[in-house]
Amino acid sequence: MTKQRSSRPDVNGKELINEAVRMALDDAGMTRKDIDAVVIGNMDHFEGINYVDTWSVDGSGALMKPIMKLTTGGTTGSTIAMAAYYHVASGLFDRVLAIGWEKNSESDTTGAIITAFDPFWDRPIFAGAVAGLALEATQYMHLTGATEEDAAYVAVRERKHALNNPYAHLHMNLTIEDVMKSPYLSWPVKMGDMCPRTDGACALVFASEDVAEDFPQKPAWFLGVANRHLWAYTSDPYVNQAIENGWWFPAMEWSAKELYDKVGITDPLEQIDVAELYLPYSFAGLRYMESLGFCGRGEGPALVRSGAFDMGGKCPVNPSGGVMSSNAIGATGLIRVAECVWQIQGRAGDRQVPEVKVALATGFGGCFWSDIMLLGADKPEKVRG
Amino acid sequence: MEDWRDKQELVVMEGRIKVPYRWSAGEVGTRYLESLRDEKRFLGTKCGECGKVYHVPRRNCPHCFAECSQWVELGSTGILETYTVVRRQHPQLAPLPLPYGYGVIKLEGADTGFLHLLYEFEEGGLAPGMRVEAVFADQREGNILDVRYFRPAKGVS
Repeated sequence: MTKQRSSRPDVNGKELINEAVRMALDDAGMTRKDIDAVVIGNMDHFEGINYVDTWSVDGSGALMKPIMKLTTGGTTGSTIAMAAYYHVASGLFDRVLAIGWEKNSESDTTGAIITAFDPFWDRPIFAGAVAGLALEATQYMHLTGATEEDAAYVAVRERKHALNNPYAHLHMNLTIEDVMKSPYLSWPVKMGDMCPRTDGACALVFASEDVAEDFPQKPAWFLGVANRHLWAYTSDPYVNQAIENGWWFPAMEWSAKELYDKVGITDPLEQIDVAELYLPYSFAGLRYMESLGFCGRGEGPALVRSGAFDMGGKCPVNPSGGVMSSNAIGATGLIRVAECVWQIQGRAGDRQVPEVKVALATGFGGCFWSDIMLLGADKPEKVRG
Repeated sequence: MEDWRDKQELVVMEGRIKVPYRWSAGEVGTRYLESLRDEKRFLGTKCGECGKVYHVPRRNCPHCFAECSQWVELGSTGILETYTVVRRQHPQLAPLPLPYGYGVIKLEGADTGFLHLLYEFEEGGLAPGMRVEAVFADQREGNILDVRYFRPAKGVS
């Protein structure tokens, strides 16, 4: 992956893509000729270029190769990973290049995000990501008694972890007080609680089981994937499809349940060694731990504050510093997978968690779309969708 | 029976998506545009492996996947490979008064063509394979319209 930065004016989008692709090919001991297919993704409106699959072939290496472009909002990068996995797991392709990228510096991200929402019922009321997340945070605090300080703990943890990651965009040594003093963007969400906007690209080689062991690096195996989404209107994920049906965050809860059942995870805190989670803001680091089954409802803040998800804890979350430290949106979900791969391979440098056998990666966004993946050091007995 | 729909037209809401952008030309694109603006010179890039000269310049050869790290100065005349003459004007896109053309032009010294406008030609006076020359704008701002258009090359058939 490229180093994640606030702005990369020295390259255009396809040149940025090319940096990540060259790194991935070099690492895998491959050339452009060895690529069987390419899956690429970003958010069209963030760069204003709608045919990125063809526009980027100089950089991606996809000239005259099968290629598909994916755009699913914040989940774009994780959807790319899942689609690349489907390519190789299906047996149709042996070596697939997965590329996620974004140059958020080139547009007004909040202005562009509004194009995701219904023109009649949502767009006249709100724009961007912050306010929607703030609805979730308010509801979560109301339901559980969680505090803004609990959330600030997560913001501090993520930024501290990023200090170990040379690829991270933000390197900030913050205190809870710093976060609490940062200005409100949309109550209860403050500047210090939110992810940045980032320029960056990430590329990964996905290989079928027939060739996976032929590369210079040992493979990280996909144990299984699952995804769900539910949003038609902004009221859906919080109320209409959730609380009224006895769920809090059904997209993540259902996909987690499906995946854990498939892979045989009964106690995530014990069985998962590291997690790279798409936490776009601090409150997610409380609530999503519950939705991912690490603890019961309302128990997120206490478990988080116990240090279970800090470096050295039971299941470190986002050793990379996560999304709150770097968010090149189309790359972000794929970076979660790349970080899990490096953790499994023992190549995560100063952010390495010891002896990683099972790693969890998630994508969140595209209006509460939820992608979830488990990777492992050991080859699974069978391919799981 | 009276129906509310007899009196009410269905609602259609008009909207316009306006998103500001700031696209980076990058180092390669910037060097090219600076040369066009300051010196009225076309530059191409040459692939280190296959030797193909790209205009407009590319940083990476899409065939060899090698860097195109060498700069090559190109002529300001070239061969018109294909073209069209525009007869109807889109109300918001008016680079030149009608009729104007646009086409793919392979500049002298380049192996690839690029897209630009055609003007100052006689009715029926364009043909694939003909030589065309660049007409530069007096006020140049560092974009591809620093070349106003191409026209049939004077004194050359």
